[in-house]
Amino acid sequence: MTDQTQATTTKPVFESEAEGPTRSPGPDWNLVGRYAVMIFLGFIFLFPVVYMLVSSLKPDQQIVSDTNSFRAFLPVGDISLDNYGAMLDRVPAGRFLFNSIFISGVTVVLGLLINSMAGFAIARMRWRGQGLVLTIIIATLIVPFETIAIPLLFMVSRFPNIVFDGAFPGIETGWLNTYHVQILPFAANAFSIFLFVQFFKSLPVELDEAARIDGAGHFTIYRRVIMPLSGPVVATVAILTFLPIWNSYLWPLMVTQTEDSRPVMVGVSFFFQINTAWGEMMAYLSIITIPVLILFLLLQRTFVESIAASGVKG
Amino acid sequence: MTVAPRTTKASGSGNERVTYRGEGRMAWLMAGPAMFLLALFLIAPFMLAFVLSFTNQRLISPNPTDFVGLDNYRRVLTVQLLTLEPLVDAAGAPILDENGDYTYERVRTYTRNNPDYPQYEGLQTWRTLDIGDNKLVILAGDATFLTALINTIIFALVIVPIQAGLALGLALLINRRIRGVNLFRSAYFIPVVISMVVVAILWSLLYAKDGLVNQMLSTATLGLFPKLDWLGNPATALPAIMIMSVWQGVGFQMVIWLAGLQTIPFVLYEAAQLDGAGRWHQFRHVTWPGLRNTAIFIFIVITIQAFALFTQIDVMTQGGPLDTTQTVIFQAVQRGFARQDIAYGATIAVVFFVMVLVVSLIQRWLTRER
Repeated sequence: MTDQTQATTTKPVFESEAEGPTRSPGPDWNLVGRYAVMIFLGFIFLFPVVYMLVSSLKPDQQIVSDTNSFRAFLPVGDISLDNYGAMLDRVPAGRFLFNSIFISGVTVVLGLLINSMAGFAIARMRWRGQGLVLTIIIATLIVPFETIAIPLLFMVSRFPNIVFDGAFPGIETGWLNTYHVQILPFAANAFSIFLFVQFFKSLPVELDEAARIDGAGHFTIYRRVIMPLSGPVVATVAILTFLPIWNSYLWPLMVTQTEDSRPVMVGVSFFFQINTAWGEMMAYLSIITIPVLILFLLLQRTFVESIAASGVKG
Repeated sequence: MTVAPRTTKASGSGNERVTYRGEGRMAWLMAGPAMFLLALFLIAPFMLAFVLSFTNQRLISPNPTDFVGLDNYRRVLTVQLLTLEPLVDAAGAPILDENGDYTYERVRTYTRNNPDYPQYEGLQTWRTLDIGDNKLVILAGDATFLTALINTIIFALVIVPIQAGLALGLALLINRRIRGVNLFRSAYFIPVVISMVVVAILWSLLYAKDGLVNQMLSTATLGLFPKLDWLGNPATALPAIMIMSVWQGVGFQMVIWLAGLQTIPFVLYEAAQLDGAGRWHQFRHVTWPGLRNTAIFIFIVITIQAFALFTQIDVMTQGGPLDTTQTVIFQAVQRGFARQDIAYGATIAVVFFVMVLVVSLIQRWLTRER
């Protein structure tokens, strides 16, 4: 968010790449123009985000009155965390955040486990049906979630659900308003398996052979030899699983009617029912976006490379 | 687990490897959980979508489910044209209304219980056009869905070239080893990681009449640009959603273009420069041919995303104003979930899948090995 300011204060424009015998002295206007365009675009891409974060700190009247000046993007005036307090009083944001963290955390861990095992079996073992299974998995990549959402809703609304009412387990109909209805459909992922298969195939076969001479079985090779070498693909799959689950809307909208099970994005609907308080809304939007922004800023390279990796899809 | 070699597969050259006892069972055990979940939560509902589309299944219903054949598809896809001529009296003179305009028969005389015109039975009026003195009525089995389908296609047609082109522009802009370039790449990429729900709510506020977008446009044009109710106006609602969607998604394609650009060998540019090629010729004859498959991939990805347009609509406009932002998936969710008509929602989902399939097959064909 401070990108523009950094770029201008460090004045890289006149120093960078100024060496080289072919360059004429004085500023390289081509480069100056390029930076000007880049800074302008940086503003275009960041202003709504900056506006959200900054407005979440201001009282409603000031948000409105700041709209007509550059103050809209600056944390100036009557700055406080009051909106956050008021918002937390009105909306069970803590519950929504916990739900989202739990659901995306479990999905990521479960997904890493089962998809990497499947990838290992396909990439580094020999068995009958192997080719067919890989073909089917790749074929499913073409099916968008929107196609299966409605029939899946129909299915899960009829699945038996085990509930613990007191000491005795009982059986009810329907998975609606649970955590597992938001986790299990997304744990296995054809694209994650595909990424694991590709990565595992790139590792030398000699690794397995050496481990086998030491008496290791397949699962040991998977757990002790292959997985410890798979950091990059694990990071990619973790990000590509986490992001869509954290940001998901359509599925939780259909399967969660109670606050208890709602994730953050569906929790937003709380603000559609009550008279809109801009500051509180901005506070809520900020609080559900900041975790993703922090992760992104910490792991920029991995994020960008992961998303670029999904470019091989299809 | 024993490691005694059992058989040696020597068929494929360089591909031979010992198969170990129990390897098949172990492989199924390891691949099993993922395969089971994919079968249950992806393949089964996919097939169920087709099955349900031939029934009248509802989410909860006291009535038994019936097989209805192609009824749902007929409702979704039927389009008929009906030409109405001005009404004339017994003498052949046109009957005029109080404003002196021609009068016409009401459409419902054709679409409601008229045994002479079974092809119009139950249809809804989608549009009425004046052709000379006649009226041309476009009838549809589901007028809202037809609107949704056309909006979705317009959305895709507009957004695909714009988003792909802007993304390429961004990629070319930052594909330089100059200071701070990674900072800019991250800045352009940030909207991609933010949830569309957050983006849509945020932009609803920005698009408000006294919101930031109107303020900025007004300031930039010294007050010449009128303040618009972007999302409340039928003429601007869909374009406003297009702009926001490009803003949110373009960083994704930028990164993919960048990856494509970096696969083009630098020596090709050097060779082109030696041949005296200018900037444009280098782009035209070195860069663009090297990006062919990247380009096809990017076009396909944006098209499929555009076809699936839902979240923005659900958060910002609910299909309004005047159905100008109705979309295919929004209709699928409206019917299948909100109105609990599972069968009809599944039918729309199948139609959507066919759209995606056609686009994907075009991609296969364009990128086929020659």
